[in-house]
Amino acid sequence: MTRDGQQVWGRPQHGGREGGPGVQAVGATSRPGEDLGPTLRTVGLTRTYGHDESLVRAVDGVALEVPAGQTLAVTGPSGCGKSTLLQLLGGLDRPTDGEVWLGGQRIDRLGERALAKLRRRAVGFVFQDYHLMHELSAAQNVELPALLAGASPRTARHRAAELLTRVGLAERARHLPAQLSGGQRQRVAIARALVNRPLVVLADEPTGNLDSAATLDILRLFAELRGAGQTLVMVTHDERVAATADRVVALRDGTLVDDTLLDGIGAGARLGSLLSWEG
Amino acid sequence: MQDVVLALLAKEPSHGYDLRRRLVAALGPVGEALNAGQIYVTLTRLEKAGLVLEEREDTPVRGPRRKVYALTAAGQERAAAWMTESAGPRSDVTDFHLKLVAAAESGLADPLALVDARRRELTRSLAEVQRGVLTHDANSEAGLLLEGVALRLQADLRWLEACERAWAARTARGRDGGNG
Repeated sequence: MTRDGQQVWGRPQHGGREGGPGVQAVGATSRPGEDLGPTLRTVGLTRTYGHDESLVRAVDGVALEVPAGQTLAVTGPSGCGKSTLLQLLGGLDRPTDGEVWLGGQRIDRLGERALAKLRRRAVGFVFQDYHLMHELSAAQNVELPALLAGASPRTARHRAAELLTRVGLAERARHLPAQLSGGQRQRVAIARALVNRPLVVLADEPTGNLDSAATLDILRLFAELRGAGQTLVMVTHDERVAATADRVVALRDGTLVDDTLLDGIGAGARLGSLLSWEG
Repeated sequence: MQDVVLALLAKEPSHGYDLRRRLVAALGPVGEALNAGQIYVTLTRLEKAGLVLEEREDTPVRGPRRKVYALTAAGQERAAAWMTESAGPRSDVTDFHLKLVAAAESGLADPLALVDARRRELTRSLAEVQRGVLTHDANSEAGLLLEGVALRLQADLRWLEACERAWAARTARGRDGGNG
């Protein structure tokens, strides 16, 4: 990736968070360069709903480690628990049992306020239906989480402008979401997710509402993020989206059933066998 | 077709008529063009290759004792090898479908394990194609080809999902004594 990219959304592969201007580092006990282990880790993660006969095990004993810098895709049919898993990873939901560790810190037992604070600073969420504030411009949508995390208005504005440039929307910064296409809205949402330099970006069906051209734009953006060392977990039922990740795990009935590493794959090695040259 | 016939003979010796019946059941309309003559041609070739043996049925269910075909040790080996060998990116739906049917009937492999292995293989191929798709203009000649290959692989992966559901259900039924 370009040096520019590193400046805008680059993260160190290991070590403590490199807090941006005006943004306090999370996990202040860690020193830069210290190996914190996986960015995300779950132990026996379980989330059930209901009781007795109507008990649903949405997530059932999931053990998962996501190393820093990895792009992980979670796949599975609807109702397999993948969205619930993502919400547990990001502290939007609490497990019934098991543990969630983010950047070396256990988060499932944090109080509401501490969890909200951590979520704001360490997790960037991207949703299928964008979840932008309709009455705010693209730039204001991106600035908002920075302001909430304590950045000065000037810093937030500067950071939002940088990120909107990176996602190719510098010219649309003053547009309202309603004036943007679906793909553009999602790019604003990704810029917003990145504004506090999160430890991890969690994306729930990020291309679910997009056509194939807009989907490719988002995937190219994710590839750039990966190049800059951003840890990313996405939930998707789209095989082509999942195939762009470093690793794909399959979820069935709340349980991990498959784990396939795709990193180190270049374009070409297998494709050669598709050509039958009978000259 | 040779591999399919070998695998169908792995559980027990069978005659040509029965092999055809099993293939037609597995293939539906796709197998309508398959005639008994083709099955016997394949069996004869397999016999010449030393992979099957022709023998007389021990105790006919009804009627006269008929010729049945049984696997030789070499035939057994090749059927087992076919089960574990990967199908490759060009393999088509019918080939893999017959492999799953033969695996289930013969007990040589677990259909769900074959589906998992195939999914991993196709996902790796798709990963390669998608890396190409992201770095090529969609309207370029190379980009168009990559798009076509990606769509085919995606279709194959979606069909595998259907295979997984169906074979999981059939395996569960089989355990309860049904014939799957």
